[in-house]
Amino acid sequence: MANFYNDNSDLQFHLTHPLMNRIIELRERGFADKNKFDYAPSNLDDAIDSYQKVMELCGEICADVIAPNAEANDIEGHSIENDHLKYNSHTLENYEALRKASVWGITLPRKYNGLNFSNVPYIMVGEMISRADGGFANFWGLQDCAETINEFASEELKQEFLPLAAQGKSLAMVLTEPDAGSDLQSVQLKARYDADKNQWFLNGVKRFITNGDADIQLVLARSEEGTGDGRGLSLFIYEKDKHCQIVRRVENKLGIHGSPTCELVYKDAPARLLGDRKMGLIKYVMSLMYCARLGVGGQSVGIAEAAYREAIKYANEREQFKSPIIKFPAVYQLLGNMNAKLKGMRSLLYETARFVDMSKLLQEIQNNKERTLTSDERADLKYYKKMADAFTPLLKLFSSEWCNQIAYDALQIHGGSGYMKDFPIERITRDARITTIYEGTSQLQVVAAIKGVTTGIFSQRMAELDSMMANNENLQQQRNLLLQMTNDYENAIKTVESFKCQEYIDFQARNLVEMAGNIIVSYLLFTDSIRNDKFLNNANIFLNLAIAENAMKFKYINNGNPNDLDWYK
Amino acid sequence: MKGFKIIVLAKQVPDTRNVSKDAMKEDGTMNRAALPAIFNPEDLNALEQALRIKDKYPQSTITILTMGLPKAADIVREGLFRGADNGVLLTDRKLGGSDTLATSYAISQAIKTIGNFDIILCGRQAIDGDTAQVGPQAAEKLNIPQVTYAEQIIDINEKNITIRRRLEHGVETICSSFPLLITVHGSAAPCRSRNAKLTMKYKYAKTPDEIVQTGVDAELYKNKPYLNIKVWSADDINADEQRLGLSGSPTKVKKIEMVVLQTKESKKLSSNDSDIKMLMGELSEKHVI
Repeated sequence: MANFYNDNSDLQFHLTHPLMNRIIELRERGFADKNKFDYAPSNLDDAIDSYQKVMELCGEICADVIAPNAEANDIEGHSIENDHLKYNSHTLENYEALRKASVWGITLPRKYNGLNFSNVPYIMVGEMISRADGGFANFWGLQDCAETINEFASEELKQEFLPLAAQGKSLAMVLTEPDAGSDLQSVQLKARYDADKNQWFLNGVKRFITNGDADIQLVLARSEEGTGDGRGLSLFIYEKDKHCQIVRRVENKLGIHGSPTCELVYKDAPARLLGDRKMGLIKYVMSLMYCARLGVGGQSVGIAEAAYREAIKYANEREQFKSPIIKFPAVYQLLGNMNAKLKGMRSLLYETARFVDMSKLLQEIQNNKERTLTSDERADLKYYKKMADAFTPLLKLFSSEWCNQIAYDALQIHGGSGYMKDFPIERITRDARITTIYEGTSQLQVVAAIKGVTTGIFSQRMAELDSMMANNENLQQQRNLLLQMTNDYENAIKTVESFKCQEYIDFQARNLVEMAGNIIVSYLLFTDSIRNDKFLNNANIFLNLAIAENAMKFKYINNGNPNDLDWYK
Repeated sequence: MKGFKIIVLAKQVPDTRNVSKDAMKEDGTMNRAALPAIFNPEDLNALEQALRIKDKYPQSTITILTMGLPKAADIVREGLFRGADNGVLLTDRKLGGSDTLATSYAISQAIKTIGNFDIILCGRQAIDGDTAQVGPQAAEKLNIPQVTYAEQIIDINEKNITIRRRLEHGVETICSSFPLLITVHGSAAPCRSRNAKLTMKYKYAKTPDEIVQTGVDAELYKNKPYLNIKVWSADDINADEQRLGLSGSPTKVKKIEMVVLQTKESKKLSSNDSDIKMLMGELSEKHVI
């Protein structure tokens, strides 16, 4: 039987990263659930074993159910019937397979019927599902909504909604409107409080909502009349079975047809306030978006994995000039570069997921006043929060861009056949395209990630990773090259900042962020190779690419100045 | 409404679906070491039918009964991971070499030992023998109705069960009272995957021998009785030893031959319409399609 976990030893590699022990111990709070739930682990080894076993069973569902459904899911898409979504049978079958396996609610506490796993395995299942079907993967990713309820809602709402999420009730984050895309501060959908009925009501239109007709919908709405910015927005929970919302349209998209994108109309729809008024955008949705960006990171890696596997398969099978095309330098160079990027983005993905895990877990213990954090833990919280905030947009930017590059190259390797609808690569390429766009475009990720450049967070991480390489005799040559790259990067920041012009920093931001990312991914691959030398070739290939790319950016920055901006206007 | 007491018969078999050149020894017998041991595929179809009954009537209980080597405890565990409530491993050297007659006798004795049941479900046949005899023979020995080649349980209520059978040239729908034995065809719904919570709950489920061998914490098995997999020997099922194993098996293997399939006559066809039409005509004439 095929299995997307067992056939990819890199997943096992990342699941057993040394920091996972600490993450699991924090997550399990001293294994306090062991006598309350028959499926709770009693110690660390037990928990690690459970993580593996659940990854294995998810890997099997991905390979045996979701992947075989992907093509038909893409062709059929979803439709509207009686003002509501009509899901195709393949999506329902996928959903049901995961429901019967009890894996919805993977990160929710056991008291709400969840599995109480950390973020890393949640993201890992997302990666595997995305490899199977990049479109269906969004249903998995929407569990971020349940996380948001868990993090910010009252106990009453948690007890009501989280067990439903763990049962597999579907979720949606309902944010975007026709005039509020990247700029969510402009959201207009109106929330009105009826004091007599002690009830909030929603009225308005939402657009481009993934799985908009979900059972449980988190709706961003303007609760403060007369306001025009983000501080007037609150987050609400609307339940589909109130029957006051309809689907007016299902978008006809380039890709991810398995993920229905809806236009919704709410008419006097009763809703429950989640958390505090006015905190909807500035706190809850910001947190939700960060989760979603990490999820798109996982989705990008999964789609790239699928693309790479299609390319390798085709390159081995296809013969030209009496030889499989993989034998030709032009082809194996492409494949080697794709693989190096794929391993690099996966390493960045799980590095970020671990940062998010550590920061969230410590934050949660502090917020719930479960115990006083030790001074070391308080320092860790500060450190991991800083890293998670900087790495999340870096990951989203790199993984989604490389996902597209890898899909593009994988299609190229298929030659003319790749352009036909006969091979999965055309679907994978279309599915890949959204990743640089939704949950914040690449351009917006740069806006968020540039802080990691200017405040020295990325430099700090580079120094830490460098110290991991310092004692390894075999990697000193590469380490010196990386130190040179880091030096150039620091000089490039100084050059850009020397003009003291914010617009110019914004103009060069992408180059700086990409220089940082190239260095960090190189370091990650080399530190991975210390744990397992199978990554050494990938690391060397990537380093060569990164050196060349950063040299180009370095030159571009050195030759530029703010006056150049006039040429563009 | 009360639930049903269901017994699922399951066999551990060598995976003959992906046979490599090492699958047979030189003497023509099967090289079991070269083939992974798996849950017989149609027994998984049977388990899914049992689980569906339990989905509808949650009070139902499912017991996995397997006969085989000690390592067939894996089959019981696999059943528990997917939703069975408990399991029994019937293992004894005395059972070695059983043909279908001896096997169905041992199985029927084990079923009698389990006692009270409403439905017995099993795969139509096992991929290592393809006899399709054990289920029907067990039903005869238990003196209960049998429905073979079941594809779908269309309806089930307190009084009776309606089943669609998949036959060679069509389907047949029949109704039966309880108790009964059903053999399930491979065209029935595939079995659901393991359940995460149940896998975590039962992952340490072991037979007494396994507990000793792996040296795990014996306390665990006292505190969590559901982790103990029951193991029965011939003595536990009140069996007549003459009817077990080789002595109970009239089937004798006289000779095993290696058969190499060769193409005797072949035809080359192009992809043009007239060739395809000719091929279709020929296949339809010979009732292949």
